[in-house]
Amino acid sequence: MNRLVKNLACAALLALPLAAGAQELLIRNATVHTAGARGTLEHADVLVKGGRIAAVGPNLDAGGARVVEADGQPLTPALFGGISHIGLEEVSGEESTRDAALTLGADARHMVVRPEFDVTLAYNPESVLLPVARLGGIGFTLLGADSAPGGSIIGGQGAVVRLDGSPDPLSPRSLFVALGTDASGLTGTSRAGQWLLLDRLAGEARGKVAVDSPHALLTPDGRATLARYLDRRGRIVVGVERAADIRQLLRWAKRQNVNIAISGGAEAWKLAPEIAAASVPVFVDPLANLPADFDRIGATLENAARLHAAGVAVGFSQAGDASHNARKLRQLAGNAVANGLPWQAGLAGLTRVPAEAFGVGDQIGSIEPGKRADLVLWNGDPLDVAFTASQVWLGGQAMPMRSRQTELRDRYLAPSPSAAAGQLPRAYSPKP
Amino acid sequence: MLRPIAVALAALLSTACAHGGATRADAGAPAADSRPAFAGTYRPISAAPVLITGATVLTGDGRRLDNADVLLEGGKVAAVGPALTAPDGAQRVDGTGKWVTPGLIDVHSHLGVYPSPGMRAHSDGNEMTSPVTANVWAEHSVWPQDPGFGAALAGGVTTLQVLPGSANLIGGRGVTLKNVASTTVQDMKFPDAPYGLKMACGENPKRVYGQKGGPATRMGNIAGYRAAFIDAAEYRRKTRDAHGGKDAPKRDLKLDTLAGVLDGDILVHIHCYRADEMAQMLDLAREFDFRIAAFHHGVEAYKIADRLAENQVCGALWADWWGFKMEAFDGIEENLAIVDRPAGSCAIVHSDSEEGIQRLNQEAAKAMAAGHRAGMDIPPERAIRWMTGNAAHALGIEDRTGTLAPGKMADVVLWNGNPFSVYAHAERVWIDGALLYDRNDPARRPVSDFMLGQEGAR
Repeated sequence: MNRLVKNLACAALLALPLAAGAQELLIRNATVHTAGARGTLEHADVLVKGGRIAAVGPNLDAGGARVVEADGQPLTPALFGGISHIGLEEVSGEESTRDAALTLGADARHMVVRPEFDVTLAYNPESVLLPVARLGGIGFTLLGADSAPGGSIIGGQGAVVRLDGSPDPLSPRSLFVALGTDASGLTGTSRAGQWLLLDRLAGEARGKVAVDSPHALLTPDGRATLARYLDRRGRIVVGVERAADIRQLLRWAKRQNVNIAISGGAEAWKLAPEIAAASVPVFVDPLANLPADFDRIGATLENAARLHAAGVAVGFSQAGDASHNARKLRQLAGNAVANGLPWQAGLAGLTRVPAEAFGVGDQIGSIEPGKRADLVLWNGDPLDVAFTASQVWLGGQAMPMRSRQTELRDRYLAPSPSAAAGQLPRAYSPKP
Repeated sequence: MLRPIAVALAALLSTACAHGGATRADAGAPAADSRPAFAGTYRPISAAPVLITGATVLTGDGRRLDNADVLLEGGKVAAVGPALTAPDGAQRVDGTGKWVTPGLIDVHSHLGVYPSPGMRAHSDGNEMTSPVTANVWAEHSVWPQDPGFGAALAGGVTTLQVLPGSANLIGGRGVTLKNVASTTVQDMKFPDAPYGLKMACGENPKRVYGQKGGPATRMGNIAGYRAAFIDAAEYRRKTRDAHGGKDAPKRDLKLDTLAGVLDGDILVHIHCYRADEMAQMLDLAREFDFRIAAFHHGVEAYKIADRLAENQVCGALWADWWGFKMEAFDGIEENLAIVDRPAGSCAIVHSDSEEGIQRLNQEAAKAMAAGHRAGMDIPPERAIRWMTGNAAHALGIEDRTGTLAPGKMADVVLWNGNPFSVYAHAERVWIDGALLYDRNDPARRPVSDFMLGQEGAR
């Protein structure tokens, strides 16, 4: 219990700089996992000025900066939370709290294609999911747009947000497309229809179909949106699992000259050389090792390791519970490492790889001078679930290590109040 | 470690088969075969003795032995301690730098009833035709070729309870299985394990039946349980009073099972998230005088941890799931640690997931880390109980598995290091003394029929 009291006191102290605004900070004597070209630096310091990383190296001069002693503990960039709906949903099972899919179609058979749909407009930076994720060391996520009946296999657009409470995305938009078993119901129950539709839409965006044609599927705004991706401005994130579908996808991407990333990719390892040659990053779920359907017969724990060995940039994203349990992403990375992925690649998949893939590699994702000071100090190996984040900084500001969950915890960790002794119910504690 | 409840349960076990399986005679068939209906046919695979030497041993009942040996002989744990002597013909396994634990037990699985691949044709876990289906038995839905069984074995799981889903107020009987590859579920049934009864609180039943005749509310849920147990009590009384005579009521599968609960032969497992609903279910159990073995998914169990311990009810929990529905909104990472804290507690890590069952050790590690963060340091020898001794207790099989006490089934895992790490692998898994999984020997890994000839898996 003493530790708890101490932690709370620390949290209160650390919360102060938040109010005081960004200030200079020196994190001293950390094992700095830069996730960048310098790899891991033992006994290194990180100097933060104006919310950015000013210097990384041994024995830096603190000057007037506040000093945090890391005592050799690991320091990483703040982690990626995967492709999620953090801030887009509060309770997954309650439709009224969800904003990640547009379903204008009258029913499941009525396809409405709206690539211009942008989920970031629904983003709520005050969602209770943010502090929960942050407490797990998560500093940024890619907001995804979902495909659903009444919409189309093009879910719409999303972008990277930093989980510091700022309301606007950091990155250019990404477009989301769903393929394979999960989406074939949206294209006449055949996945062949997916290619038919995607080629049609690309043609339309390129002006090959008159705007007023009865065959046109896109609004003028939709055409303009899709046209941007066809010019390789922005990333198209494609949810796809089966190797045969990935093969078609690589051909389509080449034909249409688009930048893609794969999410899921259960069987991506079978096409690892082709994926590497096309410079397509793959965001895998290393825990999804079962043949969940006939798209994932080749699912294996070694997917990440095999892709990496072939030169593919490997990141992570979860198959299930991606938003509320975004903190689980480092367990995914750890399992990939336990099954053959080099540790540094595991860290990169949680930091640099997603930052670069989604257009914010110049801002976040590694500990290098000039980058935003989005950092996490850990009490042990950050890829091992046996350890937790001790402190998270975003833009150099120490985030309170509290969430709705720690509030609940502290309320119920306290001894049961005694009515006989005149003690008030738990609802009156802890004191604000 | 032997709590009063363990003693009580041991007494129950001796009569576990009364309702654990109705006999064919009950069904009016000739009495020549007196085996219970759908009797288990599991037979341990005989194997030479095994001596694991020099390992860190977590016994599953709260003890840790460093540099200790474990002897498996005749399918049983023969001895645990320093410098054991290998009997003739024993296979020696160098455990230096490695850890040994009892085989892991998952009290909440849907392997086989919601198998991989998750086809509509495979969706056999929820009999969503009526809110009370105490008449259905999960074992009649289990597809033994689910590749998830083998994956769970690779995660060290040697025993699991397969339950019906949570759509219904009373979903039916669960079955406890040995995690052995087999063509029939009968060959997997844990010998003489008591049956479980799956019940569900809260959102699921009212969501499923709200537009189908009810229940549509939580008060409707409670009314539904009460009506079912009123019927069961009457059926039980009439059956007892008739002494097998002609006045005995016609056999009713639904009431058979519920009467088995009232007799204490069938153990009650309740899917229940919220603290206030768990309290309602404790009152329900008191009204009808039955015991609840465990609340499953109790994301708010931490709010009533003391009460669960006082009532000798286990909390079977996830490490970190929350928020996927309203009744899961108050989930916290310290739930297991807080439920584990009171004297006489019974915290359990469960999966409810074909992914989670492969990594119960990691689930426990997450809960330990969260506990540490909140000032509750839980050593490995205590945490291992969450998926061994405590889980066996909740399933009523703790006299035969779940710890490394001599005489117990030789259900054992050899880990390549401290199991409470993301990097830990189960290297070898023995069930009743037979080596059924070896990470370093492809010939010692089960492959489901479903995976044979799948080009896609190569």
